[in-house]
Amino acid sequence: MIPQEIFDSIKAKFPKSVLEERSTGVHDPFAAIAPESIRDVCLFLRDDDALAFDFLMCLSGVDYTGGKLGVVYHLHSMKRGHKIALKVEVPASNPHCGSVESVWKTANWHEREAFDLFGIVFDGHPDLRRILLPDDWEGHPLRKDYQVPEYYHGMKVPY
Amino acid sequence: MGLLDQRFENGNIVITSIDNLLNWARLSSLWPMQFGLACCAIEMMATGASHYDLDRFGIFFRGTPRQSDVMIVAGTVTLKMAERIKTLYDQMSEPRYVVSMGSCSNCGGPYWEHGYHVLKGVDRVIPVDVYVPGCPPRPEALMEGLMKLQEKIRGESIARKDLSMASR
Amino acid sequence: MEAALTIPGFHRSLKSHEMVLNMGPQHPSTHGVLRLELIVDGEVVIDVVPHIGYLHRCFEKHAEHMTNYQQVIPYCDRMDYIAAMNNDLGYAIACEKLLAIKVPERVEYIRVVMAELQRIASHLLAIGTYGMDIGAFTPFLYCFRDRERILDIFEQTCGARLLYNYIWIGGLSHDVPVDFQQKVKDFCDAFRPTIRELNQLLTYNKIFIERTANVGVLPADVAINYGASGPVLRGSGVKWDLRRNDPYSIYDRFEFDIPVGLGEVGTVGDCWDRYIVRVREMEQSLRIIEQAVASIPAGNVQSAIPKRIRPDAADLYVRTETPKGELGYYIIADGTTSPFRVKVRPPTFVNLSILPAMSRGAMIADVIAILGSIDIVLGEVDR
Repeated sequence: MIPQEIFDSIKAKFPKSVLEERSTGVHDPFAAIAPESIRDVCLFLRDDDALAFDFLMCLSGVDYTGGKLGVVYHLHSMKRGHKIALKVEVPASNPHCGSVESVWKTANWHEREAFDLFGIVFDGHPDLRRILLPDDWEGHPLRKDYQVPEYYHGMKVPY
Repeated sequence: MGLLDQRFENGNIVITSIDNLLNWARLSSLWPMQFGLACCAIEMMATGASHYDLDRFGIFFRGTPRQSDVMIVAGTVTLKMAERIKTLYDQMSEPRYVVSMGSCSNCGGPYWEHGYHVLKGVDRVIPVDVYVPGCPPRPEALMEGLMKLQEKIRGESIARKDLSMASR
Repeated sequence: MEAALTIPGFHRSLKSHEMVLNMGPQHPSTHGVLRLELIVDGEVVIDVVPHIGYLHRCFEKHAEHMTNYQQVIPYCDRMDYIAAMNNDLGYAIACEKLLAIKVPERVEYIRVVMAELQRIASHLLAIGTYGMDIGAFTPFLYCFRDRERILDIFEQTCGARLLYNYIWIGGLSHDVPVDFQQKVKDFCDAFRPTIRELNQLLTYNKIFIERTANVGVLPADVAINYGASGPVLRGSGVKWDLRRNDPYSIYDRFEFDIPVGLGEVGTVGDCWDRYIVRVREMEQSLRIIEQAVASIPAGNVQSAIPKRIRPDAADLYVRTETPKGELGYYIIADGTTSPFRVKVRPPTFVNLSILPAMSRGAMIADVIAILGSIDIVLGEVDR
């Protein structure tokens, strides 16, 4: 299926969730989805037989600056061979997004990493805690306005 | 055998200083702790393998800090790992030495500028005896570092304990 | 009456007949700084909680702050430090797609030869250390001896043994030496009998089979749902290789097979299957190398390297098949000379997350066998 048809199927099932879509003029065709409905959209994408997106390639957190964070999902269907991307934008003041861990188990650690480095909270994740940084680390380092701490546990951090 | 073989004319009496004997024994069987962190660990493994062979120096890797003499810190030390390195160093029994292998454990390496989670040099948590530069250092460079450590041990003395690194 | 203790950050309550055993960050068999918390009932493992992050070196932050796209390549090397060429290749392909650069044919052929040589070197290390974990020390020495031959070829080409900074955006940093083709052919001829030697030493060894067959079975649908890739996925019987199914570079010009696990000595998807997939992949890599090195065209390897890299604002995701699995780069360019965001999707990060599911009910020694068969590299897991 070509990306536009996939986006049309999503819009037919979830008319209010698709905020934007681009299938031409970009390297990866994407659809922007509302954060609350991302889990239902992903479940539909996985279980529908014509779409059959059984492989979550990558889940990335992004800091778009201007007080906006985002999550980008890259999906692939091993059965049908097509690929799309989904983008979700959340405000930095209230960064909540639905968790797709129950749809693809890949997302378990990827969402923990996005939480760790960006501070995006995934509602419905069974075990959302820091994964790469120590548990008592303060701040979310990959945000563009992050300040490196001077000391951590008595060790000087900057050079 | 080669050093002592058929050198004595009058019986089996060797006269030397205790320092010489102890130092010779210590430097000829340095047992490192198997402690590879990152890329330098692969070069350390290659040095221990058959092409570059550390076994001919009497060096073979032990799994536990309690049985090892030297800790070769091979790779980047992160803040999360630094506390464990301090614990492992404390668990080693004296005389103990530390070789900092590679740029990352010398001074932070390529991650010095923006590494918020990288410790800029393992000497911020433990005392280091020999620094081996490189990213990663060639096996020959690591062997030279270990030989420099052997020279350092050769110059130690049990009478002047406060000057030796081993007493820290 | 057991009082249920809850430890913060640990989502189960602690029962009194279970023991928590710590396989700490310093351990001979964890392939780096990985901490495994084993919850055991006697010798049987009830749950494994991996703790990673001990080698988090802030790759993504560095990528954003470099002044140039080319400057990110040494950092890419250091992620999967055992297969550095493949990391560089993925990043270079992603950037070339962003900039719409077409590299010369000579560059493509040399890149394929280097990537496949690196694949053999990486699998040799994986097999050697896996044997060492199981308890066999000799294959480790044999594998490193052959690895040294490959590293010699790399050193003659670009000067470095482990971390090369060789594959640049638009080309290569150095051209190959004049006797490169002969050296690679000599290596291929010398290496084939060594694989047979390795099989006699380790692969069909009765003790090795007892330790790895029927251990850590991973069913195919679980593997796909967890996002497994590489030998972990192919060991479960799924014939999926990005070089064939989602081709990049010039892999579609070469003939090679995709080995999958068939459950020859145990169940499909056990540790032995993952191991034998790696051994057979080395043979297939030899086939690709022989085909590629016989037809390297002439040309200039640096003619397409751009002087200034300033792509238009766009974002794309490119994935390549490294020895460990599917490595993905998601790059967001914003019109300046340095990337806005580079997200790396490491294969071992995803493969390691399957470890708890594979090890429940296994014994403690089996956890080591399972961990070795996933073939992790902590530099890539933690970036």
